[in-house]
Amino acid sequence: MAVQFSEEKLNKVKEIIARYPEGKHKSALIPVLHLAQESFGGWLSAETMDYVASLLQITPIEVYEVATFYSMFNMQPVGKYLFEVCQTGPCMISGSDQIIDYIKKKLGIGVGETTADGLFTLKTVECLGACGYAPMMQLGKHFREHLTPEKVDAIIEECRAKAN
Amino acid sequence: MARKLLLDKAHIENIRYYDVYRANGGYAAAEKVFKGMSPEQVVEEVKKSGLRGRGGAGFPTGLKWSFLAKPEGVPRYLVCNADESEPGTFKDRYLMEFLPHLLIEGLLISSFALGAHRTYIYIRGEYAWIPDILEEAIEEAKRNNWLGKNIQGTGYDLEIYVQRGAGAYICGEETALIESLEGKRGNPRIKPPFPAVKGLWESPTVVNNVETLAAVVPIINIGGEEYAKIGIGKSTGTKLISACGNINKPGVYEIGMDISVEEFIYSDEYCGGIANGKRLKACIPGGSSVPILPANLLLKTAKGEPRMMTYEGLNDGGFVTGSMLGSGGFIVLDEDQCVVRNTLTLARFYHHESCGQCSPCREGTGWMKRVLNNIENGKGKMSDIDLLWDIQRKIEGNTICPLGDAAAWPIAAAIRHFRDEFEWHVLNPEECLKRNYGLAHYADPLPVPAAVAAAV
Ligand SMILES: Cc1cc2nc3c(=O)[nH]c(=O)nc-3n(C[C@H](O)[C@H](O)[C@H](O)COP(=O)(O)O)c2cc1C
Ligand code: FES
Repeated sequence: MAVQFSEEKLNKVKEIIARYPEGKHKSALIPVLHLAQESFGGWLSAETMDYVASLLQITPIEVYEVATFYSMFNMQPVGKYLFEVCQTGPCMISGSDQIIDYIKKKLGIGVGETTADGLFTLKTVECLGACGYAPMMQLGKHFREHLTPEKVDAIIEECRAKAN
Repeated sequence: MARKLLLDKAHIENIRYYDVYRANGGYAAAEKVFKGMSPEQVVEEVKKSGLRGRGGAGFPTGLKWSFLAKPEGVPRYLVCNADESEPGTFKDRYLMEFLPHLLIEGLLISSFALGAHRTYIYIRGEYAWIPDILEEAIEEAKRNNWLGKNIQGTGYDLEIYVQRGAGAYICGEETALIESLEGKRGNPRIKPPFPAVKGLWESPTVVNNVETLAAVVPIINIGGEEYAKIGIGKSTGTKLISACGNINKPGVYEIGMDISVEEFIYSDEYCGGIANGKRLKACIPGGSSVPILPANLLLKTAKGEPRMMTYEGLNDGGFVTGSMLGSGGFIVLDEDQCVVRNTLTLARFYHHESCGQCSPCREGTGWMKRVLNNIENGKGKMSDIDLLWDIQRKIEGNTICPLGDAAAWPIAAAIRHFRDEFEWHVLNPEECLKRNYGLAHYADPLPVPAAVAAAV
């Protein structure tokens, strides 16, 4: 995949830069990295990061040091569907351990691993601000809350159907 | 029914949209300001209200605003802190999802009061669907001339932008947030200089929590004095509490700061009691950073009085027998929960979230996590409990930002009040893998448990 934003995305980058005063375009870095991760396979390769650096006219190291600091930026390829299950206190006392175990068994992978078909990656994360609706996970842009084994089954089915 | 000032319209269908919000009294406060209040008068009204920061620290908002430096020819900024990452806290999300125009109206009035023309909402990256809601509301406000140029013919200009973070609890700390907004790693800055003098792009900046800024709207509507009549003493007005854990009705509640903790947990208006007919064991009443309290000390102060849901009430007894209101993240544990395991998840959280600048925090949080992991898994020694105490003491107060304290306090409080549960894990290495310690005496009526008396 050649790393190059579409015309539409390039316009989006311009729009983001316009949110800041003259000369403060470095502030666009995190929003543009989000855009890049969405556009180029769900993770940030060195090539992607270098491209972002050239777009924003900053040095590549300024991009690397930021990309590696924030947990939402994936430094390695991930499956098409990333299950990010919260494991912090409030979720733990509401049964997140059991949900994590269930997903592991169901998908036959451990935390941090991807299924052989490249469809699913399981990741544990820290509090996502849905503690009252626990157990929960993030899937793409949205939260899946009040998880039960049945709900997990349905989510996996939903993803498989979408992938076909 | 308690008086509601923030969520009073939350039940109205489509209140998310401008027309509905406006038809239900929305932008009346902004109208009032533009029809005859000076920025100084707005600040004065907020001072009179006694409003204190809802992000966790409880600093008086009006006072904070009056510290903002105003050098000639230098822009000033308002930044809305929507990073909301303190475990147990999910109230700002509720406001933004369901009442985006309330926040925008609050931002408009506050920006006007501070003389800011560019205001940023810094929202945690994981709330990935909320920027769309906010941006749509911003567009609507603009179309109706509540944002943009020459707002309502007053000559005042304001733009509001939404900036997403990307997963870092530390970016809720105001100077780390500013660094992140400048496109850098979220490393907190050494203060002074304070943001009020040198903040975003070296300009004077005020950072306030979402709920704080939304509260400015009812304050202008009803007047600061009227607002200050709600609550007890210096805990004025209403507060959003996000309640979670083992209760019947987890969710976001608006309380007047004049009810007791007992009423909040057991009344049907709020949490509706402990789930599954179980008994209350412990509670972390103000977000994961504040001290955990056993049931008896939660419901009654050490003096035996009912504990109130106010800044002072939850803090009664200091850290020896009290806790803090913090961000309003109210985490309830029933008799089946393991305090050691809960503390371990929090230690892991702070280790994961430490920015790594200060060695006591970077190394200490990881060390505490490993020691707790051993105790939880039946591999702990008695001396580990004292070691944990020692490590947390050495983190507290020795870091650039308060994340170190936030990591130390939950460990200290767990040992202070639940030491026998830690010891039981050490003495019963096999049994602790199979069952939990249970309720023991934690819900017994006061007098204060021996461990607490010893610490006094
Ligand atoms: C580690 C850490 C995390 C914080 N996280 C948040 C947060 O997520 N949201 C927030 O409003 N304040 C947070 N704060 C407090 C902010 O630094 C700041 O005090 C607050 O935004 C001020 O707004 P307020 O006066 O309206 O509460 C955090 C502080 C620390 C030390
Ligand atoms: S602890 Fe899981 S969402 Fe807060």
